[in-house]
Amino acid sequence: MARESTPQRKIVVTVIAWIIALAIFFPILWTILTSFKTEAQAIAIPPRFLNFDWTLANYVTVQERSNYFGHFMNSVIISLGSTILALAVAIPAAWSMAFVPGKRTKDVLMWMLSTKMMPAVGVLIPIYLLFRDWGLLDTRAGLIIVLMLMNLPIVVWMLYTYFKEIPGEILEAARMDGASLGKEILYVLTPMAVPGIASTLLLNIILAWNEAFWTLNLTTSNAAPLSTFIASYSSPEGLFYAKLSAASTLAIAPILILGWFSQKQLVRGLTFGAVK
Amino acid sequence: MGQIELKGVTKRFGDAEVIPPLDLQINDGEFVVFVGPSGCGKSTLLRLIAGLEDVSGGEIQIDGRNATAERPAQRGLAMVFQSYALYPHMSVRKNIAFPLKMAKMSQREIDAKVDNAAKVLNLSSYLDRRPGQLSGGQRQRVAIGRAIVRSPKAFLFDEPLSNLDAALRVNMRLEISELHNTLKTTMIYVTHDQVEAMTMADKIVVLQAGRIEQVGSPLDLYRHPKNRFVAGFIGSPKMNFIGGAEAAKYDAHEIGIRPEHIDVGTTGAWQGRVTVSEHLGSDTYLHVQTDYGIINVRADGEVALHHGDTVWLTPNAACIHRFDQSGNTL
Amino acid sequence: MATQASRAAGRLMISPAVILLFLWMIVPLGMTIYFSFLRYNLLIPGDNPLVGFENYQFFFTDPNFWPALINTLVLVLGVLLITTIGGILLALLLDQPMFGQGIVRVLVIAPFFVMPTVSALVWKNMFMNPVNGLFGWLATVFGLQPFDFLAQAPLFSIILIVAWQWLPFATLILLTALQSLDSEQLEAAEMDGAGPVSRFFHIMLPHLARAATVVILIQTIFLLSIFAEILVTTNGGPGNASTNLTYLVYSQSLLQYDVGLGSAGGVIAVILANIVAIFLMRMIGKNLET
Repeated sequence: MARESTPQRKIVVTVIAWIIALAIFFPILWTILTSFKTEAQAIAIPPRFLNFDWTLANYVTVQERSNYFGHFMNSVIISLGSTILALAVAIPAAWSMAFVPGKRTKDVLMWMLSTKMMPAVGVLIPIYLLFRDWGLLDTRAGLIIVLMLMNLPIVVWMLYTYFKEIPGEILEAARMDGASLGKEILYVLTPMAVPGIASTLLLNIILAWNEAFWTLNLTTSNAAPLSTFIASYSSPEGLFYAKLSAASTLAIAPILILGWFSQKQLVRGLTFGAVK
Repeated sequence: MGQIELKGVTKRFGDAEVIPPLDLQINDGEFVVFVGPSGCGKSTLLRLIAGLEDVSGGEIQIDGRNATAERPAQRGLAMVFQSYALYPHMSVRKNIAFPLKMAKMSQREIDAKVDNAAKVLNLSSYLDRRPGQLSGGQRQRVAIGRAIVRSPKAFLFDEPLSNLDAALRVNMRLEISELHNTLKTTMIYVTHDQVEAMTMADKIVVLQAGRIEQVGSPLDLYRHPKNRFVAGFIGSPKMNFIGGAEAAKYDAHEIGIRPEHIDVGTTGAWQGRVTVSEHLGSDTYLHVQTDYGIINVRADGEVALHHGDTVWLTPNAACIHRFDQSGNTL
Repeated sequence: MATQASRAAGRLMISPAVILLFLWMIVPLGMTIYFSFLRYNLLIPGDNPLVGFENYQFFFTDPNFWPALINTLVLVLGVLLITTIGGILLALLLDQPMFGQGIVRVLVIAPFFVMPTVSALVWKNMFMNPVNGLFGWLATVFGLQPFDFLAQAPLFSIILIVAWQWLPFATLILLTALQSLDSEQLEAAEMDGAGPVSRFFHIMLPHLARAATVVILIQTIFLLSIFAEILVTTNGGPGNASTNLTYLVYSQSLLQYDVGLGSAGGVIAVILANIVAIFLMRMIGKNLET
């Protein structure tokens, strides 16, 4: 709203908003703080907020006991791999729908979307059995394929909405200038769509990183990404709060940072362009 | 060389025939303007020539060679788009160099051609800027530069001035005309603005609903419009049309008289009352309410007539256009 | 508008995506439907005979089915209620001028980026645990008996955890919608004599209605298949008190190896989701035209 509010009002709003925001953020903050405590201080009553002996020991222990870095790398490889594969398939598809739309384009888009609406549990059993037979259970390749397919509709949709904003005349100009289809996409479309592609990439990495249905059902140890690894703390080991916190902090930190960068695109991606 | 010939060219979108079979001859070095109201198919026709759309039937010949099946780039034509269609992520230099790079020309040749084009178009000091940092007129010149460097057989312009403000439009109009005089390359120019058509064209093609209404030089169209549509479209302010008994006096279904061919006096053929008078200094436009409806009159210089004044109008008999029932000139 | 050549290229370029998605959804879904008509248990070797609707009959008469269905609906509705109302209020608050707006926004959005297994475990252990959790400590500070959330109110606790994760999503989308409201509209309403309250009800709320519908529909899709939060906190228990449909299918197929029965459950879950999906698709489809 264009109008200036009174200073008093602004201060009241600020105080209320900060209290609520900190309350919402508190579990994350508490997890991060706890990760630097000793186990004894982590469960101390009354709780220690800042008055504890800061230590990095938990991070070291988490790595030593459970090859934390291995799981972290699994998460990186799986989320990056599935995202890049999805982009490779989705960029040509979105190009096609945005710039050479046919009578069926809208139907295809809606159909793609409808696959996203399908609950994963509806296809869990066949996928599980097929993966078992093909030796894809608990492999990074298997999870990359599943997550790529799971997020493909969102990727196509996001790219489509971004491509739609690029005027077709520019691509026609490139065609007049003698660019082949490949060069048109490589030299003209892709550079112009870089912001859109980047935010699609970001959102997709976030979704893949946090995915917790397929990862839990299709991996156990070798290919387990962080979401599966952290789930193993649901056993009594979870009572080691400081270590649980250290493992959690490392698991959410990269995505928190990426996520804060991609707030705006997030809305667009998650609502399939229905809210911009 | 840049001779283009359309033989029975047809375009259908689904069931809708936007361009019925159409023949047109464009000679080398000509400045041809396609003009018509919006939706008349003029842009579609240009895109068919460019190869951005497939023809549904007929043949497009460029320099006597059948180019109907050729891809846009093979046809050797360059296009300047309405939105300029500059590549926003490339510098001006790279924009102009793009078609040459696509043609796999050597870097030295590219640099020479780009520098030359930039000099011609006064763009030399902007070569390292991005299109986003340029004004509308400068962007327009970059788009033209990108077309020039290819030394095309013909230039295609798709309403290139419609995004510019009025003053700039007049300037660019002159620049394009000058460019045509220097290059002597065939140019095909699409516009809905009949002033642009009249001032720039060697040959005007008036289109309506995909059909060619008339082809001819600007003055030819002005003096001898083939039908009521062309008569009403060419010329500003618009021609006045009068039907009924007054037209019957001239043995026609309807007569047309241009505002500049009517004399205003204290006696005359038609009596009327001035409803609006627009004083431009050089001219005065009068809107006169008569028994035959509103008649627009253009009088030279400053005429001291105002709202409510009674006037008599006398049409210049030699300049009356007569039309039959179906709108054709008699 | 394009040429034959580019249309052909277009079809070629879209086909990998179409084929992959087809294989990914239609083929396994067809298999699920097929399995649901078989007597098929991984622990019992031998033939898998066609048994018609037997699995569906078992599934519907399973004492866990109706509780699971009700739990699913309670879970979805509970989270929707909290996040939508909370989201509108938060969005209105965050839209006001304040100091440090950017940071407040970042803090509020953060829970959405926390992976489900982490947020569930953090809440379960560090907050809801009656002995060592913060809530237990708070209760004793006020002289109350610590409450064992996950044992005594498992479903409610899971609703709290999931609502915490999704509140940022609702807030973010509603805030985006609020900011896209043309301020001239509000000024015009003010000129027409509308006070702040009627401006909210007559201008802002109708404007938000669309975004709120999108929030509700999209969340419903995700909430119907809540899984990880249940797996790491309660394992569906105690008993079946926090088992939803997704978890039930998981336990029947991957824990009890009854492929046929699990498949029947999967088909039911798909039908349930599709009812919601139809409404969502219609909204998005409408948007596609404008």
